[in-house]
Amino acid sequence: MSLLTVSGSPHVHDSQSVSKIMYGVVYSLIPAMLVSFYFFGLAAILLTITAVVSCMAFEFVIQKYLMKGPVTVFDGSAIITGILLAFNVPANLPLWMVVIGSAVAIGMGKMTFGGLGKNPFNPALVGRVFLMISFPVHMTNYPKATALSTQLTDIVTGPTPLAIMKEGLQKGESVAEIIPQIPEYAQLLLGQMGGSMGEISAIAILLGGLFMAYKKLITWHIPVAYLGTVLVFTGIFWLIDPGYHFNPLYHLLSGGLMLGAVYMATDMVTSPMSPLGMLIFGIGCGVLTVVIRMFGAYPEGVAFSILIMNAFVPLINRGIKPKRFGEEVKNG
Amino acid sequence: MLAVPAVVAIPLSQHLGAPASPVVAKGDKVKAGQLIAKSSGFISANIHSSVSGTVAKIDDMPDSSGYRKKSIVINVEGDEWAEGIDLGPELIRDCSLSPQEITAKVNEKGIVGMGGATFPSHVKLMVPPGKKAEVLIINGVECEPYLTSDHRLMLEKADEMLVGITIQMKALGVTKAIIGIENNKPDAIAFLQNKVKDFPGISVEALKVQYPQGGEKQLIKALINREVPSGRLPIEVGAVVHNVGTAFAVYEAVQKNKPLVERVVTVTGKNLEKPSNFLVRIGTPVSELIDAAGGLPTDTGKVVNGGPMMGKAISNMEVPVTKGTSGILVFPEREASRKAVLNCIRCARCLSVCPMGLEPYLLSILADKKRFEDCETERIMDCIECGSCLYICPSGRPLLDQIRVGKAEVGSMIRKRAQH
Repeated sequence: MSLLTVSGSPHVHDSQSVSKIMYGVVYSLIPAMLVSFYFFGLAAILLTITAVVSCMAFEFVIQKYLMKGPVTVFDGSAIITGILLAFNVPANLPLWMVVIGSAVAIGMGKMTFGGLGKNPFNPALVGRVFLMISFPVHMTNYPKATALSTQLTDIVTGPTPLAIMKEGLQKGESVAEIIPQIPEYAQLLLGQMGGSMGEISAIAILLGGLFMAYKKLITWHIPVAYLGTVLVFTGIFWLIDPGYHFNPLYHLLSGGLMLGAVYMATDMVTSPMSPLGMLIFGIGCGVLTVVIRMFGAYPEGVAFSILIMNAFVPLINRGIKPKRFGEEVKNG
Repeated sequence: MLAVPAVVAIPLSQHLGAPASPVVAKGDKVKAGQLIAKSSGFISANIHSSVSGTVAKIDDMPDSSGYRKKSIVINVEGDEWAEGIDLGPELIRDCSLSPQEITAKVNEKGIVGMGGATFPSHVKLMVPPGKKAEVLIINGVECEPYLTSDHRLMLEKADEMLVGITIQMKALGVTKAIIGIENNKPDAIAFLQNKVKDFPGISVEALKVQYPQGGEKQLIKALINREVPSGRLPIEVGAVVHNVGTAFAVYEAVQKNKPLVERVVTVTGKNLEKPSNFLVRIGTPVSELIDAAGGLPTDTGKVVNGGPMMGKAISNMEVPVTKGTSGILVFPEREASRKAVLNCIRCARCLSVCPMGLEPYLLSILADKKRFEDCETERIMDCIECGSCLYICPSGRPLLDQIRVGKAEVGSMIRKRAQH
């Protein structure tokens, strides 16, 4: 008989693994990816491939030659970062910029801290914000979503609904004058609007979110807290002055909010551990997003809000503890 | 029922608390059921011979924890029982003893918790002054997956067990007892629900399946919705918890005058030929149980004494069955090793499964970094070592191993503080 293993209990283990979790997230991204391919065509496909391949390549190079440690490129996490980075930029962004974004996302956002699980900030958002600040013109030049586009050049571009809303208000137009210029609710839901590649279709993103919840990859806390806060916060302004503030539904369905609330804020590495902490995190993201959208210089604030709240996560984890068993004695 | 082995090794420490001190010497003739080691403190238990024969030696012998512990080794000769022990099958329902007499009997016969923790039972039957027991909770939850010994006991020895429960109720002065059974054992629930009609005050409650519901504090929460405060005993909320196996042992001790010298052990494993529950004499080598179950399969990679979540892996098949041995599990080679350890991805699964509301990821880091004061603040001592965190961790991190180190350090810290 061969030697017996002696190890501490437990002696049985769940079949879940890091890479199963990561690939689960990858699968959940497929609906939103298909919608973006449908509306932005070949450009979106090329962009996604470039981002995924370069994220994996940078991770490989850094792990192999800089960290000289184990190579875990195929655990799926770099694929997620690549897809999400592509989702967060306009579909017609020059490919070399995406490569730079990937280098920043993986290199600065993830590997500097020690790799998967150690990074305080969402790597894809680090990449996006870097590109946003470095190449503001390209990063705000959004192609119009036209079905089954195969063009690579001369794509018709235009502002996002949020940009139209913000500029309109700055020019002194009233809400009633601006609404005809932005897509209708149904178009917003399906994804027929200008915007970053993967943020356009609320339905596809929600579908992916439900899949992740079903697979227990995310819990409801962060998306519900985030979206709920935006709904309530913008709702209050809308009730005060519907002539100057937009219906909360526009806020929910436009821009990167859905993508952010479902995919970016729920990143397990960079969000709090306890359920109450997650709610606080989601509410914080919601408040910051609305504040930036309404009072900030940028039309959109999802990426900044999540990154800012990422920075608070260690503090939240320290302050908010799960309910300890036997802490409050309930007798009866 | 497993045949009596040729030699038994009976450890002097089979219970929580102080080891018993031997009252026999090398060369003495003993009978089954005879006292061979005396309880040596308030939290300790008597030990009786499980066989008849001659004491071969009293020496350090390997036990399931991997250490060598002082044991009484007896060469078996025949199967003669000590006088006054009723081995007959007939049920004796009526018990005329007073509560004090019952407790004394349970103490005398060396009864300990049969669920695995082996806490001396008579201590639990004595309500500390100033406290009042309101309800007796009987654990029929089967503390761990894979084990079926409690299940079989509930089906095969129901009357004896219920009489045992009635006796325990009398000792505690309570009028209510609840048997908690998980609803994956519908046969036992239905069977006992019918049986308890003859036993006033006892009820059966079906619980949903949820590990670690067999944990004392978790069971109290599930059945009477009270939380035992951190660091306290169940009596704090008016509850006393005993295992179904303990209830049966109490019956035998009080009604049949029979000490705890045998127990039911589940022997199981995927490739085992004849997985079974055996009634085994204490001190029988584990190898005999495995042989009776068809022998060790060739692809065996790990043998565990206890359940899959909390049991101990053993390397020596000659270690004896003790009062706390609930099962012997045989794992094939490919299930024997752990996953590769990866970075923590902060998925919070450990935190959401922890039945005590702790943060295993944090405790394991703090213990690893030797920050034991912080471990204590984060209530590391509340950990019941159920293994749920290490079971669920997708990164295969050694959470519980590090927490155990932390608990040991914090425990000695607390003891040192108490001395000053």
